Amino acid sequence: MNDQNDNDHGPIVIVGGGHAGAQLCAALADAKQGARVHLVCEEAELPYQRPPLSKSFLKNSGEELAWHRADAWFAQAGVTLHRGDRAVAIDRAQRRVTLASGAVLPYRWLVLATGARARELPGLHAGLANVAVLRSAVDARRLRALFEAAQQVTLIGGGFIGLEIAATARALGKAVTVLESAPRLLQRAVSPELSAHVLQTHRDAGIDVRLGVAVGGFEVEGDRLAALHVDGRREPVELLVLGIGSAVEHQLAHAAGIVCDNGIVVDECMRSSDPAVLAVGDCTHFPDARSGRRVRLESVQNASDQARTAAATLLGRPAPYTAVPWFWSEQGAMRLQMVGLMPAEGERHRRPGATPASFSVLHYQDGRLVCIESVNAPMDHMAGRKLIEAGRSPAPEEACDPARPLKSFVA
Amino acid sequence: MPDIAFIQPDGTQEGFEAPAGISLMQAATGRGVAGIVAECGGNLACATCHVYVDPAWIDRLQAPQADELGMLDCVAAERRPTSRLSCQIRLDDTLQGLTVEVPERQY
Repeated sequence: MNDQNDNDHGPIVIVGGGHAGAQLCAALADAKQGARVHLVCEEAELPYQRPPLSKSFLKNSGEELAWHRADAWFAQAGVTLHRGDRAVAIDRAQRRVTLASGAVLPYRWLVLATGARARELPGLHAGLANVAVLRSAVDARRLRALFEAAQQVTLIGGGFIGLEIAATARALGKAVTVLESAPRLLQRAVSPELSAHVLQTHRDAGIDVRLGVAVGGFEVEGDRLAALHVDGRREPVELLVLGIGSAVEHQLAHAAGIVCDNGIVVDECMRSSDPAVLAVGDCTHFPDARSGRRVRLESVQNASDQARTAAATLLGRPAPYTAVPWFWSEQGAMRLQMVGLMPAEGERHRRPGATPASFSVLHYQDGRLVCIESVNAPMDHMAGRKLIEAGRSPAPEEACDPARPLKSFVA
Repeated sequence: MPDIAFIQPDGTQEGFEAPAGISLMQAATGRGVAGIVAECGGNLACATCHVYVDPAWIDRLQAPQADELGMLDCVAAERRPTSRLSCQIRLDDTLQGLTVEVPERQY
């Protein structure tokens, strides 16, 4: 490359102040490169931790956002923050990004950390006073305020976010209904065994979970949703929360001619089809090192580890992304933890825990241990991460013997 | 607003005044203290905010809950009797002078 020198000096513009953007900032600042960094945050807030928004933040009216780094840290690291601003166009030929405010940022490297947005329900117009989604701090503050008044909460969507919100609402003493169109909860993300356990636990907690239902016929009165129709029956609504998944934010990249396909397509070092443009986090469609599949993952782990991989690429010592995916969700009394990618087909074995509320499901594909789902079994999860990282596959009958800690197979 | 301190494996010490009401982990990450990775942001999911609490302080903290004890079994560095996850230590004025060591590694 004829601009090798520039690699060490030119500005690095990061678009997106979510987990991936914040972690990339931190990694670059650790390498004393903070002064080259511009972080463009669409939200007015400093980058903050998103996982508590559906749990403790929603539950405790006094809880504040947890910052990734304090204001003073950004100043000291030399990072330039563009808060409450948004990238609207990329000029790849001139290597510059235009922001909504009109500011133009030249770059040597551009990193897209644009994430995903909460999906809206077709047929239900946005802006109703008693309909909410949860993605951002603004959404969370609004939902928290709505929770204070509501006695009854209806959720559409039995995915992770929907179920976390449902459990929080139930813990706050509300009457909660979950409407899911699929025949089981978390259908795309977890095994049937785990789905069944999650369903039973939520029902035991008093949540009215309805599966395989068709929702339509929204009755709007003024600025409120008065009722909806579930399998043709009218159901009054006090507060409706939509947890129907997310849509990837890749329009900015797509409009600039960067290759996108269910996310921004990147290689194992987080490089997009333009060698000066990288992408990290929820918005990437990347090659998974173990399965060989191209995947898009929405998780804190993926955001953190891809940010570290991108930092290494930017610092001139690229190393492929090989992290084992892991994920967690807290839903009332359940701490769910998953490691590895759940195979479409394979064998499943149950490893019992100390109580019926604690167990793991081990997934094997062609004799290889590829994924572990754990409920209230953090030690199985942590040991599982090490096993899958190391490519170890203890025989199922041994790995499922509760008398043997999973950890004993790591060494 | 307790004054707290982190000692790095190389012996360097970083002390600062932290806001009350947040966790020791948040105080560290907000400041960018090296070696406090805190991958999961304080949700007891990762064991990467491990610290060794100064023995003089260990009994003055609230005892760890079962979930934390389980995760402490999974820390990357050596687990010691003074091992804690810093996300589970909430700062208040009684912790004026709290000192912890950062382990060699977190993952």
